[in-house]
Amino acid sequence: MLEIKNLHASINEIPILKGINLTINPGEVHAIMGPNGSGKSTLSKVIAGHPDYTVTEGRIEYEVNFKKVDLLELEPAERAREGLFLAFQYPVEIPGVSTSMFLRAAFNEICKHQGAEEMDPIDFDEYLKKKMKLLDMDEKFIGRAVNVDFSGGEKKRNEILQLAILNPRLAVLDETDSGLDIDSMRIVADGVNKLRRKDNAFLVITHYQRLLNYIVPDFVHILYDGKIIKSEGKELAMKVEEKGYDWLTGAKS
Amino acid sequence: MSEILETNKLTDREYKYGFISDIKPVAFPKGISEEVIALLSEIKGEPAFMKAWRLKAYKHWTGMKEPHWPNFTYGPIDYQAVTYYSAPEKKNKNKGPKSLEEVDDELIKTFERLGIPLSEQKRLTGVAVDAVFDSVSVATTHKEELAKHGVIFCSMSEAIQCHPDLVKKYLGSVVPYTDNFFAALNAAVFSDGSFCYIPKGVRCPLELSTYFRINAAESGQFERTLIVAEDDSYVSYLEGCTAPMRDKNQLHAAVVELVALNNAEIKYSTVQNWYSGDKDGKGGIYNFVTKRGKCLGHHSKISWTQVEAGAAITWKYPSVIMQGDHSVGEFYSVALTNNRMQADTGTKMIHIGKNTTSTIVSKGISTDYSNNNYRGLVKILPSADGARNFSQCDSMLVGNNCSANTFPYIEVKNNTAVLEHEASTSRINADQIFYLQSRGIDLEGAISLIINGFCKEVFKELPLEFSVEAVKLLEMKLEGSVG
Repeated sequence: MLEIKNLHASINEIPILKGINLTINPGEVHAIMGPNGSGKSTLSKVIAGHPDYTVTEGRIEYEVNFKKVDLLELEPAERAREGLFLAFQYPVEIPGVSTSMFLRAAFNEICKHQGAEEMDPIDFDEYLKKKMKLLDMDEKFIGRAVNVDFSGGEKKRNEILQLAILNPRLAVLDETDSGLDIDSMRIVADGVNKLRRKDNAFLVITHYQRLLNYIVPDFVHILYDGKIIKSEGKELAMKVEEKGYDWLTGAKS
Repeated sequence: MSEILETNKLTDREYKYGFISDIKPVAFPKGISEEVIALLSEIKGEPAFMKAWRLKAYKHWTGMKEPHWPNFTYGPIDYQAVTYYSAPEKKNKNKGPKSLEEVDDELIKTFERLGIPLSEQKRLTGVAVDAVFDSVSVATTHKEELAKHGVIFCSMSEAIQCHPDLVKKYLGSVVPYTDNFFAALNAAVFSDGSFCYIPKGVRCPLELSTYFRINAAESGQFERTLIVAEDDSYVSYLEGCTAPMRDKNQLHAAVVELVALNNAEIKYSTVQNWYSGDKDGKGGIYNFVTKRGKCLGHHSKISWTQVEAGAAITWKYPSVIMQGDHSVGEFYSVALTNNRMQADTGTKMIHIGKNTTSTIVSKGISTDYSNNNYRGLVKILPSADGARNFSQCDSMLVGNNCSANTFPYIEVKNNTAVLEHEASTSRINADQIFYLQSRGIDLEGAISLIINGFCKEVFKELPLEFSVEAVKLLEMKLEGSVG
């Protein structure tokens, strides 16, 4: 589904990613862990196409519906329409734009691209309410401006709500657990688990192992200084929890 | 929303109304004098009282100075270099076209290109249009249907001839010619405009609208609009404006007067898109406009909604005088400036009657090297017991070279008044755009959503077709400034 080959990326000419290789197949959940500053968030932003980052080397191949595309050739909006989704670490506020209006606009753009029928506001609100129940969200969010005056936990839940609405093939969750209390985290993780299917995949970026107790990954990768230095099964996350990152990074240097 | 998102590929920021129509004008020589004014009055076949009024206004104007307190700069205006009257040549020499057959094809084509079809088959349903080209009104649609309800909607020239009593009673009653420099100039030389009269108890069945078009080079446009709503009546009026792209500045000095009697309501909406000059600030319309409404009757209401997106200079403060008890004044404004545009715009809310209420919602968006100012006055007179005002002034900056200022003035002479004022300044930022893009919404759609959100409180006051139009206009102006 996604094949990252020797990816190098920089911001303001400072290299951050220094040769990432990663393959994700449909039905898999991959976790990326690593200490602060290792490049985790950069990787998620480069996949989504943030304009601040420059890819200096390597490529990302993305395969969806039996067609292969060079992801880096696509605009951010085109990537989303091809079924890519990024749950932001810091969701952005859009004053005056209601959650329902925003999500319907996004949903219909994706429908249009995929040749499906667009939804009218009334049907869409029904669909939205159904998905909100899944995440234990209050219906009042429908009319509220996107992320404005939302608590940290509400913002994160809103990201997962968008994930549920837009139904992507590949979802990248960038530190979705940060700032969440244990109950919110469980709700968010349950939401994600309900969305897991054979034909979609998740890339979960996290600093702590905690989230991975709830969203159990198939593979865990350790990112350090812009490179993946170790890849194993879910037990790797436990080892990191126990020993920290030093034994890995120390071994490397 | 999706409809708005799908519209127009916004690949360039060109002013799409910048074309010039090949219409031969009949124009006065340049300059202003008593002779010019007398000739104008004569050409229009005006009654003596009009001519006398114009000449008094002119005399007053010659003793006045152009105001220089607004927060913008421009070179001196040579009032003797302006053409004060320019009209498309008529097919026959009768006074004013009586039917569309008499209107020049080129004129009809011009308005069609502007999205204002005038012919019987194509004209807009639900909206009656008065089309003003340079100095004269060329056509008014749906007149017969309005007449059935007793509504008078015609050009100002026609009103002066056919309804002199109404004109005499109300013209200058809200904006006297002594009011300010540009109002005096307008009173002396105004050449046309629209007149609306809504009789007692009538809810006007159509939206009334005037479309102003400046075509001739070096001519000014001086129109005057008067709307009178009798007791228990209601009218919604729309105004649109465009002009060709020319390198020289052109003067537009209009006056609009509204009068609302007991329980009457007037809703006045403007989408102003005069040519604003090129990116270096060359050319464009100087827009010096006096708009004022008087809530003369008790429980009357006057509401101004404006989307100001054009003109090199905008000097405009649509105001409401709340004279009747329990009357209501409203001002909803979106002012967008780009390139080198300069705007000094806002409102005046004058509370005289008891329990009068006013609301001000102003949204300023500035980008490129433009300068966008809100200037507003809330004045509570001693007689205005229980007056209330709510003001909200928000500015949005796009880019680093523009400026936005807010000048709120408050004068309260009655201690029962309650006033609230809120203000904010924000930026459209790249993170917002990226967030929306990462959800499948492209750049144009993202800008549209953000601007829609920022201006929501104002757009919801506009008639539906107008609000779609307004969003498209702002998107077009902002394209290329963000990102």
